[in-house]
Amino acid sequence: MKKFSVLNGLVAPLDRANVDTDAIIPKQFLKSIKRSGFGPNLFDEWRYLDHGEPGMDNSGRPLNPDFVLNQPRYQGAQILLARENFGCGSSREHAPWALDDYGFRVIIASSFADIFYNNCFKNGLLPIRLTAEQVDELFAEVVANPGYKLVVDLEQQTISAPNGKVYKFEVEAFRKHCLLNGLDDIGLTLQHVDEIKSYEEKHRSAQPWLFA
Amino acid sequence: MKAQTLYDKLWNDHVVRSEADGTALLYIDRHLVHEVTSPQAFEGLRLAGRKPWRVSSMIAVADHNVPTVRRVERIHDPVSRLQVETLDDNCKEFGVTEFRMSDQRQGIVHVIGPEQGATLPGMTVVCGDSHTSTHGAFAALAFGIGTSEVEHVMATQCLLMKKSKAMQVVVEGALGPGVTAKDVALAVIGKIGTAGGTGFSIEFAGSTIRGLSMEGRMTLCNMAIEAGARAGMVAVDETTIRYLKGRPFAPSGAMWDKAAAYWQTLHSDEGAQFDKVVSLDAAQIKPQVTWGTSPEMVVAVDGRVPDPATMSDAVKREAAERALKYMDLKANMPISEIRIDKVFIGSCTNSRIEDLRAAATIARGKHVAGNVKLAMVVPGSGLVKRQAEQEGLDKVFIEAGFEWREPGCSMCLAMNDDKLSPGERCASTSNRNFEGRQGQGGRTHLVSPEMAAAAAIAGHFVDVSAVN
Repeated sequence: MKKFSVLNGLVAPLDRANVDTDAIIPKQFLKSIKRSGFGPNLFDEWRYLDHGEPGMDNSGRPLNPDFVLNQPRYQGAQILLARENFGCGSSREHAPWALDDYGFRVIIASSFADIFYNNCFKNGLLPIRLTAEQVDELFAEVVANPGYKLVVDLEQQTISAPNGKVYKFEVEAFRKHCLLNGLDDIGLTLQHVDEIKSYEEKHRSAQPWLFA
Repeated sequence: MKAQTLYDKLWNDHVVRSEADGTALLYIDRHLVHEVTSPQAFEGLRLAGRKPWRVSSMIAVADHNVPTVRRVERIHDPVSRLQVETLDDNCKEFGVTEFRMSDQRQGIVHVIGPEQGATLPGMTVVCGDSHTSTHGAFAALAFGIGTSEVEHVMATQCLLMKKSKAMQVVVEGALGPGVTAKDVALAVIGKIGTAGGTGFSIEFAGSTIRGLSMEGRMTLCNMAIEAGARAGMVAVDETTIRYLKGRPFAPSGAMWDKAAAYWQTLHSDEGAQFDKVVSLDAAQIKPQVTWGTSPEMVVAVDGRVPDPATMSDAVKREAAERALKYMDLKANMPISEIRIDKVFIGSCTNSRIEDLRAAATIARGKHVAGNVKLAMVVPGSGLVKRQAEQEGLDKVFIEAGFEWREPGCSMCLAMNDDKLSPGERCASTSNRNFEGRQGQGGRTHLVSPEMAAAAAIAGHFVDVSAVN
């Protein structure tokens, strides 16, 4: 997994609550058996004026000029600023894959859906929860200041704004450790093979019907 | 010993080890697999030279992409076909039990698990699908996971996770005529919101829940995720035990007795503490209809489309305005005046035999309204379909002008050919009314099977409690 330490990135604001995973990556793109290449179809139904299908050449498709990510000032954004309950809906990991493939490394919102939040960490993406007031403040700043960038420091658990303001954020110690070091979960878990086996034996003798 | 919630019991019984910050390695008993979220996980195993830790814990089925017509032919969409064939190939290579498209046991993963007795009380159940919460109806700890976690469970039989908070949703009293588990689910979501359960596991309790069949409990737990909770659950009682007895994957003989005795302990103890308790009075719940693009945008069928102008929260007001525009509805219009183009009865929420019986009762001897272009019934599994046909329900639907289809996820998420065209409006028994969910530009109203059937007959929403 990709490591994450410090990012100085351009911010794009997506001013909607309850952005669901169907919106992040529509279902027709879930037919892929790969885990890459979803970036051009991120927010497909909002981003383009026509209907997208897998295998299409996206470079010639008509863009929706009203959609925020299509505005020139947000090109190259690596930080997505969003509202409450971001990533609600299905468990599709294609959503963080698409965000990552597009170029985002950080998503800031007042809350995230549980499965999406979890899926982000498995892909080197950092989802950050701030209060609704702090998110409001950042929306106002981003919109008012073209080229608005934030510095996200995972080790310090801080977001530094150009006006000198520093926002602290929370992240679970174990997730932070894995992300800072780019650790692969499976590799980590397999360090505990003996413990898993001994649990399994105990479990099997207590509830043998589970192992029939 | 401290009184424990059902969630405490299920969690504690599966912890292999814990990290200093409380992150636990949790053992997984049952891993359900489908074609959309598994190919990258199987590929990961292959690249790392790994094998599934306990392949007998896995059951696979293709459901999202499968066609609901002309099953004998190959899937004509090459991209969908490749995904289904990839599942077939992976299951063969790794020795995973799979119910293929030609198998009568094929169906929606969350219908076939319980139907086969592969979901048992006290289990941890995972699947790369958010509606895995369905299986919590059996007092299992069941939740959806992403593809990286699918691979993690395959390789290690465990997941790394932190314990969530516990919420109890208590519903007391008798449900009115025509009011179903689906209406309870929508009423709960309407009350706590789609993020109300974020960070929680929800236990549904109270006399109303105890009075529900297993099908009803599955419908309710299925939609826990729509309230933001990864897991929903209901305590074991005689209804649970009766449902499971004799199912193919359930224990039998002396093992059954031993299992059933253990299962009886799977309830929250008297005095167990929840982090949050929400109460609803069943008598106050009417048939529900969603009007917007989030399941929390819901009102009773005798109500009206809300007026965003009356909403004080700016984010909610803007979301409501956007939703009304997308749904092409006017504020304050009566729900009963909303006319529909299509009807979908199916999905992991409402495609079990009881759902089909309820819808057939409404449709019997009537006919689908002229303005309804398509009304389809998609059974949750081949076995549900067979049961319904033995009861003559297929004829009831066909004579009433419904289409009777083969099992699969179908128009719940429209990954196959079953979808709405832009602007079409659908009464749907599924679980999500997000923009584009049932087809780009499609407009979804979530309802119970009874309400969907009644809307098909009338051509617009009607209060099924009044029809009865």
